Order: sequence, then structure tokens, then C-alpha cells
Amino acid sequence: MTAVLETRGLVKQFGGFIATSDVSLSVAAGARHALIGPNGAGKTTLINLLTGFLEPNAGAVILKGEDVTHLAQHQRVKRGLVRTFQINRLFADMTVLESVTLSVCERLGYGWNWWRPLAAHGAAVDEAAELLGTLRLLDVAHEKTRNLAYGRQRMIEIALALAAKPQVLLLDEPAAGVPTGESRELFDTIARLPREVTILLIEHDMELVFRFAERITVLVGGALLTEDVPEVIAKDKRVKEVYLGEALHD
Amino acid sequence: MTPAALDLSPLRRAAAWHPAEFAFWLLPPAAYFLFPDYLALLSQIAITALFVLSLDLILGYAGIVSLGQAAFFGLGAYAAGMLGKYGWGDPLLGLAAAAGVAGLIGFVTSFLVLRGADLTRLMVTLGVSMMLFEAANKMTDITGGVDGLQGIEMKPIFGAFSFDLYGKTAYWYTVIVLFLLFLLARRLVNSPFGLSLRGIKQNVLRMPAIGAPVHGRLVTIYTLAAAYAGIAGALLTQTTQFASVDVLAFNRSAEILLILVLGGSGSLYGALIGTVFFMVAHHFLSDINPQYWQFWLGATLVLIVLFARDGIMGLGRAAVARLGRKAP
Ligand SMILES: Nc1ncnc2c1ncn2[C@@H]1O[C@H](COP(=O)(O)OP(=O)(O)OP(=O)(O)O)[C@@H](O)[C@H]1O
Ligand SMILES: [Mg+2]
Repeated sequence: MTAVLETRGLVKQFGGFIATSDVSLSVAAGARHALIGPNGAGKTTLINLLTGFLEPNAGAVILKGEDVTHLAQHQRVKRGLVRTFQINRLFADMTVLESVTLSVCERLGYGWNWWRPLAAHGAAVDEAAELLGTLRLLDVAHEKTRNLAYGRQRMIEIALALAAKPQVLLLDEPAAGVPTGESRELFDTIARLPREVTILLIEHDMELVFRFAERITVLVGGALLTEDVPEVIAKDKRVKEVYLGEALHD
Repeated sequence: MTPAALDLSPLRRAAAWHPAEFAFWLLPPAAYFLFPDYLALLSQIAITALFVLSLDLILGYAGIVSLGQAAFFGLGAYAAGMLGKYGWGDPLLGLAAAAGVAGLIGFVTSFLVLRGADLTRLMVTLGVSMMLFEAANKMTDITGGVDGLQGIEMKPIFGAFSFDLYGKTAYWYTVIVLFLLFLLARRLVNSPFGLSLRGIKQNVLRMPAIGAPVHGRLVTIYTLAAAYAGIAGALLTQTTQFASVDVLAFNRSAEILLILVLGGSGSLYGALIGTVFFMVAHHFLSDINPQYWQFWLGATLVLIVLFARDGIMGLGRAAVARLGRKAP
């Protein structure tokens, strides 16, 4: 399978601390790929490097064969690389519909249109509403984001990313802090995404990871420990030592 | 297609004209007939309202703090003044030149201003306007310094309406310019571009992650707001046929910030209503006792930022909401 997203020798240092250490990763087109590792392993940092939130000290990021290492974040989004955040980054004082319409408008290139009112951009609003329908957020479409329960806010975090129509979607612990019942719904939503969308998922809940992923990369101390199919990862002694010891009762 | 379950009217209503808005815009013509002796003050209110509107566009909508908006006001004032002095006194030409000059300098300095966070922005905007003020102060042979530009002559508007001694033409002129630029701003804030500015203000870190070029958007609105401030400055010069370095003074930048907070930033009507309140109160109270004026102004400001973050507009909206709940 061809790689849609690759990194080559990616390095990120914070002062003297090496948060990403020579990481070469390859995510296949259409993959359901999980990125795991203990707290502080550098998972979020890697996402930040992939999306351009951070600049690497060395190495390259290749998206669909193009070196995007020095492209700005929004330019990578335009090329189909979209992320969600481990800690919500939402538009607190917008309604849910406005937030998602904003994201749709940016994708459709309406963001510079300063003359026609938002409501006149019917295609964008309809698309946002449809997305809210799929994510079961229609009932709160006109609520301000700040007034919603945390679980719903977490869903909006995903909605904003999906509205950008990602080809590669990077999910940074999408269910972090969400109660179990709701997190199941959240993962069902993710599992239902079409195969055209390649997914790289960061998740601590091993049950979810093993149910979802077809390939797992393990990151420890900023470096790649191993990468393989779930069955092999589950049996890997080193992985158990550093990470799975408690999570997988063998 | 929109899911049948979703009612889109709240979104449509956001951009539609509210009856209260029509009522509001009847006030300027009404004031003309009700207070014919106060036309000079009323013109000043319209000019200041436009100036405050320029700050609202960057601060209220895009979250760019500035203590230097007077730089653009002053540039516009001098641009119109110079033209008037050297025989190019057509008012609309003056507005266009003011918008052009202020917009250009706004565009150039935006790259300095937009680099940093809030404190940096405050200091850079303040610094730029201080430099301009001192430059204008030193170049007395061009700017006239504190004595001001002498011999500004204004031609009639459209070659037909000349500025009269009573300030009638000046009043209609400033009000119409304010209204037109308000309409433009109103369009803008309700558009996808306006929504993206709100997005930047509410979560600047998320915007690039949904594909928005934050820097470009900010440069654009900063430039436009500078042009607005420039036009306000030009209106002042044209209607008073005078401009001195005072147009560039720091206290103008501070005053409009105060007015905007008072009226409610992030709302165009907040800017307008804040200006009316402030200017009227200032006119009548500061004459009676300047110290009291400063004292109560300070007290009001503290109360507003502590207890009514959305200013007079916010209080108004809360009152309307409460009435609405009481009504059956
Ligand atoms: N901006 C920064 N400056 C300094 N150190 C940082 C910065 N960002 C991350 N780090 C450090 O880099 C390391 C990796 O952090 P990162 O957030 O990538 O871990 P993670 O694998 O996502 O952890 P978690 O599972 O807790 O989310 C941590 O030790 C963190 O303290
Ligand atoms: Mg993390």
C-alpha cells in the first residue's frame, strides 16, 4: 500500500530535551493506524510536527509525496491533513452551527467573502447542518459551544475537523475525559468514517485501540519502539514492559 | 440538503435588520431638527463614532488590542488638510486620500503589530503612534505643529453643497459618511470573513487547523480599520477646516478604547451608542466640573469591566431578554 503520510528522521528538541528522536513513520492510504505510548512519549509533539504547529529541528514530513515540512498549518489543511486536539480548542462564544459552518466555509474558500451574509452561503450552512446531523449535534445547533456538556464539546472538536474534509485525519485522544457511554458513541462515529479518510489515532484505552487499529506504532521517550499489526504488538515483550503491563492482563 | 429538523432562522435573523436598528438610524435626522444649536457637537459625535467603529473592527471582532489608532486618524486628518491647503479641497477626494494614506501605513505597520501577543501589540501600536506624533511635532513647516495647518479651504461636496457657518452641511456629510461606512462594516461582520475574524478572536490557535490563513485575515482587517480611522480624521479636518498635531495625540487612542469598552466591544452598535453616551456626558459634565467628570468616568469604567463586560450594549440586551421572559 502507498504511504499517504510519511516522516523521515524527524527530530524535535525543547531546549536540551529531545521530545521527538529520529522518527520515521509511514501511514498507508486508508489506514486505521494507532499511535500509542506512555504519557510524555511525544505523541502530541509528533502530531504538532506533522501538522506544522511546530517546526522540526531536523527531518521531513511528506504528505501524498510532497514535502510539506515548511508549509504553514493552513496550507497542510488545504492539502487534506487535518487534526483534532487533545485539549479542546473550540469557539466558545459561537453556536455549534456557526463553528462548523466556519470550518466548512474555510474549506470551500468562502473565508475571504466579506459581502454576502453567512446565511446566504446556503451550500456551506447545509453541509454543516448535515454534518451536525451525522454527529447527533442537531439539537444543540443553535446553542453556544461554551454552554454544552463536555462530551458534546468533544464531538464538536471532531466536527470541526471533519468539516475540513480530511484525507488524513489525526485524532489526538478524541475521547479523553469523556464518560464511557459517550466515548463509545464517539468511537462508533470514528469507525463509520469512509475508507478514503486515512486515520492516525492516539488513544490510551487499549481495548479501543485493539478494536480499531489495523496497525500500531509504539512511541517511547520520543523514539519509535516498534510498529506492527495488533496481534504482534500484543505479544511484544518490550511493549508490555513500557506500556501495556497494566493495560493488558495477560 | 439541510436536515428537516434544523431551523435555520436564527442564522438568517443574525444578518437581517432589526426594527430597533431602523429606529436607531432615525435618531441622526431627528437630532438635526431637535437640536439645531448643537450641530457642531453632533458632527463630532458622528466623527468619533466612526473612529470608535474602526477600533471595534480590530479589537471587538478580531481581538487585536491597540493603543495607537490615533496614528491613522491623524494621518487621515493631515492628508485631507494638505490637499485642502494646496487647492485640492474636494471633500470626497480628501476622504479617498485619507483612506489611502492611512490604509497604506496600516498595511505596512500591520506586519509589526501582528507579530506578537497582546502586550506586544499594545506597545507597538503605541510606539508607532508616538513616533508619528513626534515627527509631526518636529516638522512644523509641513504640519504647522501645535498651531496647526493654516489656510485649509474646502470645496463644495459634489460641487454643490458648500460647508456653511452653521455646520448644517458638515453634519449631514459626517452622518452620511458614517452611515455608509457602518453599512459596509455591518456587511463585513455578518459575512464568512467576519465569522473568521470572530474565530480568530475566540481561538486563534484553532483557526489554522481548520485551514484559515490567520495572518492574511488580520492584515486585511487591520488595514481596513486604519482606512476607517483615516476617514474619520479627514472628516474632522474638513468640517473644522483645521488640523494640528493634536489629531495624532495618544489621548485620542485611549479615549476611543474607553468609549468602546463602555459601549460594548464586538458590537457595531456598542461602538455607536458608547460614543453618544460618552460625548454627550463629556460635553455637559466636564463643563460643570472637570474633576468630577474624570472621577465618575473612571468609576463607570471600573464598574463596566468588572460587572458588565459587554458594556451598555450588553446591559441593554440583558434588559430586553428579561422583559421578553416576563412577557407571556
Ligand atoms: N512546548 C513544549 N516545551 C517544552 N517541552 C514540551 C513542549 N511540548 C511538549 N513537551 C515535552 O515533551 C514531552 C512529550 O510531550 P507530548 O505532549 O508530546 O507527550 P504525549 O505522548 O502526547 O503525552 P500524553 O499521553 O500525556 O498526552 C513531554 O515531556 C513534554 O513535557
Ligand atoms: Mg498528548
